[in-house]
Amino acid sequence: MHPGRWVQRPRLRLKIRIKLYASLGAYLPEGGTNNSAELEVPARSTPRQLMDQCQIPRRLAHLVLLNGIYLAPTERNVSFSEGDTLAVWPPVAGG
Amino acid sequence: MSWTRNVMRVNLTEGTIGNEPLNMEWAMEYLGQRGLATRYLMEEIDPKCDALGPENKLIMVTGPLTGTMASTGGRYSVVTKSPLTGTVACSNSGGFLGAEIKSAGWDMIIFEGKSPRPVYLYVEDEQAELVPAEPLWGKSVWETDEWLHKHHQDPLLRIAAVGRAAEQGNLYAAIVNDLHRAAGRSGVGTVMASKHLKAVAVRGTRGVGNLRDPQAFMKAVSAGKKVLAENEVTGAGLPQYGTQVLMNVINESGAMPTRNMREVQFEGAAEISGEAMHEPRKTDGKANLVTNAACYGCTIACGRISRMDQRHFSIKTSPKYWGASGGLEYEAAWALGSDTGIKDMEALTYANFLCNEDGIDPISFGSTVAAAMELYEEGVLTDKDTDGIKLKFGSAEALCKVAELTARGEGFGRILGMGSKRMCEKYGRPELSMTVKGQEFPAYDPRGIQGMGLGYATSNRGACHLRGYSVSSEILGAPEKTDPLSTEGKPALMKSVQDAAAVVDSTGLCAFTTFAWTLDDIAPQVDAACEGGWTSEKLLEVGERVWNLERQFNLAAGFTAKDDTLPPRMLKEAAPTGPAKGRVSDLHKMLPEYYKLRGWSEDGVPTAETRNRLGL
Repeated sequence: MHPGRWVQRPRLRLKIRIKLYASLGAYLPEGGTNNSAELEVPARSTPRQLMDQCQIPRRLAHLVLLNGIYLAPTERNVSFSEGDTLAVWPPVAGG
Repeated sequence: MSWTRNVMRVNLTEGTIGNEPLNMEWAMEYLGQRGLATRYLMEEIDPKCDALGPENKLIMVTGPLTGTMASTGGRYSVVTKSPLTGTVACSNSGGFLGAEIKSAGWDMIIFEGKSPRPVYLYVEDEQAELVPAEPLWGKSVWETDEWLHKHHQDPLLRIAAVGRAAEQGNLYAAIVNDLHRAAGRSGVGTVMASKHLKAVAVRGTRGVGNLRDPQAFMKAVSAGKKVLAENEVTGAGLPQYGTQVLMNVINESGAMPTRNMREVQFEGAAEISGEAMHEPRKTDGKANLVTNAACYGCTIACGRISRMDQRHFSIKTSPKYWGASGGLEYEAAWALGSDTGIKDMEALTYANFLCNEDGIDPISFGSTVAAAMELYEEGVLTDKDTDGIKLKFGSAEALCKVAELTARGEGFGRILGMGSKRMCEKYGRPELSMTVKGQEFPAYDPRGIQGMGLGYATSNRGACHLRGYSVSSEILGAPEKTDPLSTEGKPALMKSVQDAAAVVDSTGLCAFTTFAWTLDDIAPQVDAACEGGWTSEKLLEVGERVWNLERQFNLAAGFTAKDDTLPPRMLKEAAPTGPAKGRVSDLHKMLPEYYKLRGWSEDGVPTAETRNRLGL
């Protein structure tokens, strides 16, 4: 067995940032400011789980960006990586 | 039908005013507003004419639904040849003036020639007169508005005016109505001032009641309002956060034009966003945003009304800016903010107030300041050129000073008033101008939103988001999400949003209804109001006809496929951060397919078959 294996094992918890914009700002976890909060989440947890944990109504989780890349509703079960940023909006538009 | 069938023709050279029947054959083909006035313009001027010469004409035009009970039915447009781009110009505005023109009994007002002296047009229903405006020349829009209301002793008078910037030849001067709504882009205000026309003041008391089928109209209008009210965007998001809600969206998506588009993400975006406008300021504990506001007949109410901190350095000795006034919309906020690297929201609000007060387009102004900042940081512009202003990215003080100079058309403000293209050419660095056909970019970097690159390159009035808003699909997921970094399917997407925008701009309705409405919601309203059997398909065909007519104007003005391009920075310099990191605009992958879908030759010219199909 390679001795390094124990050093490289996956972390149990990951630091990520969640940003909740527009009317979703009301669901920001305690301690967050300016629509943004840094959290520690269990390894292998997903954007879907985190949004549910924040009690964001699923119909309002319209625009979901993981590190700026859009996640379709079927893609929201990917696992977080250390340092990820999840940003969520209800349906919004402008111009 | 809800056209009044009356056209007012004002010959400014002769000082005469006439009326004539609306060309109903054209109304059946082009509907109204943008389309119909472009048809008149195409007929009446040489597209090669000097935009600031008396041979150019300026048309203020309503749509068939302007002044009706349809939600947002208060729009009017100004159609002319642009002095900024040399293309056809069509700038659309809300507020209350459009409905007032219609209520006075007019579909459009055509201004021709040039008055030997400053005048304003006063309209009271069927009565109209040109009134000497010497006392108003040299005054701002806000001063002009106040003077006219007092002079005519009529608080209900609706007024559109140009400010000092237009008088001084600023090439992106706007026509401002109702104090802070504007026909903003392409220098339509410059054309108005070139004709010595200072203002248009209208009082209409007739209303718009001659609908084809009033009962069907009320039913269709009610159904449309229900859709707007129940939609998350038009019923909740836009009234609460306005267009400024996009600041964080576009920044997170890596498509925020920053520091003259050298970068695609702005570290200060959150501080100048729609959300931040709601937050109490650290300085005085009050929020920038006072309330939202609606234009005539609008049930969305996206407008922003803001009040600045009186102690902000820009206004602490200027009480006239202490009251509530038109606040930051997204397009003003990015251009005055992220593109200049400035995150002082009060400074941006002040610059925006000045744009309203003296009638300049904040998009073109902000973008031109950003180009000047890059020229300054590269040492091309020096303190000697800038009247001693340290024009560095991020300097709120510099922005406020150059906004004052540009609004008044003084000093270095006259250089900035040339627009980014001419200014960068003057100083030997044309590649630093972020423009297409001479018009400055709006708020979406085409490296991060590929479809928009095609939209900017092919827009008939130079770089513009309102000619075709693929952001709706590429970023916002409406009506369905597409990948902003992919070029696949974008030519078809862009053609469809361009055609749809062209017809919505021809109805009298606001483009923002289309965040909730499709043409299936709009067609029953138009059809109940107007003769002609208006279906969604017929409306879309009108849109395509309008798009091709505008293209023909531009081709006749001397533009070619070579002009359907983007600045080298967008085509060669990769986005440095974010999801689009490493990408440039892949315009070349989209343009040939777009021409083909449009029924144009490889040279971008509508084929005979296309012209015949559309009756051009």
